[in-house]
Amino acid sequence: MAPSAETIRIKIDGRELDVPKLMPDWQGKLQPTTMLQACRLAGVEVPHYCYHPRLPVAGNCRMCLVEFGTPMVGPDRKPVLAEDGSPKIARSVLPYEPGTPRGAIACATPISPGMEIYPNSAATRQMREAVLESLLINHPLDCPVCDQAGECKLQEYSVEHGQAASTFVETKVHKPKAVDLGPRIMLDDERCVLCTRCIRFTRDLVGDDRLGIVNRGSYNSIAAYPGSRFENNYTLNTVDLCPVGALTSKDFRFQMRVWFLKETKSVCPSCATGCNITIWSREGRIHRYTPRDNDAVNASWMCDQGRLNFRWVARADRLTEVRVARDGAPLQRTTGPSALQEAVARLGRVPKGALALVASARLATEELWLLRRLAAHFEAVTDVVDRPGTGDALLVSADKNPNLNGARLTGIAADAPGSRLAAIAQGISAGRIRALIVFGEDVTRHGIGAELLAKLDTLVVCDLFESETARRAQVVLPGAAPAEKRGTFVNTKGRVQRFWKAFDAPGDARPELEWLQDWVAAQTGAPVPATVEGVFDEMARGLPAMAGMSWAKLGDLGLPLIPPAAAAEGSKP
Amino acid sequence: MDWQFLAFSLAKILVVFAVVMTMVAYAVLVERKVSAFIQDRVGPNRANPFFARYIPYLGMKLVRWGIFQPMADALKAILKEDYTPAHVRKVYFWIAPALAMVPALLTLAVIPFGSQLGAQKMVIADLDVGVLYTFGIVSLGVYGIVLAGYAANSKYPFLGGIRSSAQMISYEIAMGLSVIPVFLLVGSLNLSDVIGAQSGSLLAWHVFKQPVAFFVFLVAAFAETNRLPFDLPEAETELVGGYHTEYSSMKFALFFLGEYAAMISVSAMMVTLFFGGWTLPFLGLDQPAQSLWVGLLHILIFFLKLCVLLVGIIWVRWMLPRFRYDQLMDLGWRRFIPVALANIVVTAGVLAMMHR
Amino acid sequence: MIVERKPLNLAERLYIPAVANGFKVTWRHFKRTLFEGRTAAGDTAGGFHPEVPWRVGEGYRGAPYLVRDQDGATKCVSCQLCEFVCPPKAIRITPPGPDGAPADRRNAEKMPREFEINMLRCIFCGYCQEVCPEEAIFLQRDYSLSGTSRAEMIYDKEKLLALGGAHAGLRKWKQKEDEARAQEAFPPAAS
Repeated sequence: MAPSAETIRIKIDGRELDVPKLMPDWQGKLQPTTMLQACRLAGVEVPHYCYHPRLPVAGNCRMCLVEFGTPMVGPDRKPVLAEDGSPKIARSVLPYEPGTPRGAIACATPISPGMEIYPNSAATRQMREAVLESLLINHPLDCPVCDQAGECKLQEYSVEHGQAASTFVETKVHKPKAVDLGPRIMLDDERCVLCTRCIRFTRDLVGDDRLGIVNRGSYNSIAAYPGSRFENNYTLNTVDLCPVGALTSKDFRFQMRVWFLKETKSVCPSCATGCNITIWSREGRIHRYTPRDNDAVNASWMCDQGRLNFRWVARADRLTEVRVARDGAPLQRTTGPSALQEAVARLGRVPKGALALVASARLATEELWLLRRLAAHFEAVTDVVDRPGTGDALLVSADKNPNLNGARLTGIAADAPGSRLAAIAQGISAGRIRALIVFGEDVTRHGIGAELLAKLDTLVVCDLFESETARRAQVVLPGAAPAEKRGTFVNTKGRVQRFWKAFDAPGDARPELEWLQDWVAAQTGAPVPATVEGVFDEMARGLPAMAGMSWAKLGDLGLPLIPPAAAAEGSKP
Repeated sequence: MDWQFLAFSLAKILVVFAVVMTMVAYAVLVERKVSAFIQDRVGPNRANPFFARYIPYLGMKLVRWGIFQPMADALKAILKEDYTPAHVRKVYFWIAPALAMVPALLTLAVIPFGSQLGAQKMVIADLDVGVLYTFGIVSLGVYGIVLAGYAANSKYPFLGGIRSSAQMISYEIAMGLSVIPVFLLVGSLNLSDVIGAQSGSLLAWHVFKQPVAFFVFLVAAFAETNRLPFDLPEAETELVGGYHTEYSSMKFALFFLGEYAAMISVSAMMVTLFFGGWTLPFLGLDQPAQSLWVGLLHILIFFLKLCVLLVGIIWVRWMLPRFRYDQLMDLGWRRFIPVALANIVVTAGVLAMMHR
Repeated sequence: MIVERKPLNLAERLYIPAVANGFKVTWRHFKRTLFEGRTAAGDTAGGFHPEVPWRVGEGYRGAPYLVRDQDGATKCVSCQLCEFVCPPKAIRITPPGPDGAPADRRNAEKMPREFEINMLRCIFCGYCQEVCPEEAIFLQRDYSLSGTSRAEMIYDKEKLLALGGAHAGLRKWKQKEDEARAQEAFPPAAS
């Protein structure tokens, strides 16, 4: 929801600006604008731990304390004016100690007309220093062994706003360390600053009210409800939310320091929701996924299942060699160009209509588009493999293919995905279909058995993994995982989203798009754009649902497809 | 065809080549020893071939003096892996070391390194335009370095190549101009005539008659041979070796040999032009030899003069810091060229007055 | 600070006195070494390197090795700051991961699974020692490192620990544990 049009004039750091009177809160409802939101609009960062734009405001960390002032009002309820006619501002002070500035928590204090906020004043800085010192009283200062180091708000604010040395001479309170909170979460109570972000997230967003604070005073600590474990499908979001190193992922624990990791914008390929993610990789190895903000898809969250589903990229049975079986000889390693030459020569002998193509709905839309061009050249029967599963009300989709909509859009998938597979199997057994192209699937597990594949003249397979299908092929091209290429997915709601390449595919493996660019050009004789951008733009020109889109216009957050009705409207002269 | 001439020329070429190569090897040793002594070290003293211990008395002394070090160096250069980086321009990369080495050797062809042995003049080619030949060949020397810098296809060699082309071309002018007064005095471009003109007395040596010319020639010689204080094309500390950064093994050794051979050539030129060549102004040693022994003595005299100059050039390297590039150019164009020109004018004027 | 450059006088500009002084200095050293047989190595160490080992001074920056604490436990906690700061990327640490062995002393939570320093790459700058929050890596006095293969010059954790020896100093993890033990039971018993 957009902020209200009505504005209030306030001053931040001496700069006057108009801010909306009302702004959406974590649920999108309009609420009076807070000082923190106003400062954000002014481009001034107010440090905070407990505030999160997508969580209810708690106001318990006190880090966002700022000094402020309001216009003085005289006994006649009229503003008191200074000599130059401007309203006199009364700085906030303690009521019982008028010399001492009193801060307000910026995250929960609404702004009022004429208000002045001093986010960088000496008093504000002093308040921050004091709050930090208080938060660090019982902190173990074990950054060397803490996974959060490098992305820890305590570290960052200590550098920016803290003191160099501690004045705390008493013994620290030692709380439980390495508490096993759930199957994926480890808790270190000593590092916790009790911001309750994790509690609010799991209670208010997931609806699994499992976490809470136990004990009193300086023994306050986070815990799961006695006798239960914190194990819903969204627990790892609390690790992202935790501003300090209290909640850590068991999967990522002690794996790699975050400052070595390269961040690549991507889209989660585990289901059709298409959550926006960041891939954190180092030297060709993925270390973790984290959600990337996109209000149109996943806000700031993703499910644990999708987040931990990346190990397959580095599986040992990845195809890393281009292989060709010439004249009945077994498969042998060869170069990419010679394999493509073999495929083109073999398929060139296949009569029209005698070829079928089974693609994967896990391929990028551009790849499916080029496959469409290849299939059109042969007048081939095409389909994809459907992957139904179970979804939930939050993010998980029942469709486990990340790009089924892309396959539908390019015409590769049947209206009921997977329904033509039986016809293809029948065609092969009847001898009508003499050649088969398979991209990214093991068709022996989807109704076209090995004995059928043996009947084919030609089988060309492009896949990531060794499979029964790949073993029976005459030409095997190793493909790439989404993290190893660029492209787009169309998610279940019809949003076209880009993903970027984090690292190179292993061995001779290349992105399917690169194979197809060379292959389609050689097979059809028609020119094929040389880049991902070019293929996407060609596709956008060819598909009414993508009218007006271009690779560059997609941006980081993607664009929705044009609904069929509107597309029909637009295509009228 | 005069077979006798051919045979004697070939013999002279072989002997000169062998002697110069040996001198190069031991010049490197001298360089290392001198630098070591200046820096409170001892220098190479461990190369100890198996036969050294069979040499009575002297064996271990020779080892301590590092006499066998050049052999070890040569063996190492030949046996080391000859590495050609993938990014270089291969043809030029292979030609460059040879181009750096050959001109330095060719210059020696016209230097009279003795009077005569029997009927043979101790010069390989007694050209009438000897000095023109010399300058023609010397100006080829820059190509080896520029090509090396270009062929290596990486930044430090490239910078080294650029520096050397600018430096060598600039100082060639000063060098060429500086010797003109000498030839004005002699009246011939033949180097044997130049030596003849310096006989008689010590004061007949051009170094005393033409001190300015000598000084300019000396400094230009340092620049032309890329020796400190003008070794900007190499400049280990800033260009990590300059044009020969990418070279290894024998190709590197060729650059190294080329540098020392060039030192020997310019020293030989200086001996010939300014220090009376193979003459000494007493005991009648300034006339062409009548006997074999005197002929050999003349060669020895030339050799000793050459060695003194070589040690001088080596010593300077450990004495003076490297010039900055702008200082180098300033010195060449704004100081030495005008001085050399003025020297020509003055010399020509004086000669014109005397011969009126 | 900007140092004012004095204008050179004529003698300095001529460069001749500088050359003469240069010759004086170099000749003095040349003469002393060649004729009196005095050398820097002879004067300071009494001989030459392989026969008479060179005595390095306090604070010499030689090869970096890992050290153990007073109890013989690995001090390194695999924080990878040295790997990060290492200018020639000579250090390579394999973190323990979630299922690696815990630290071999109590309370420190982790230690590296593998710790490699490529001594061929190391430039002995000392950044690793300076950045280490655990006082676990020190540039020690070894200066004569040699091996017959490149692989041999990559020192692994065992070798680095063996060469590094023990080091006294702070024992913050032990101190933390002692402190935690001294405090009343957690959570404190309700009174």
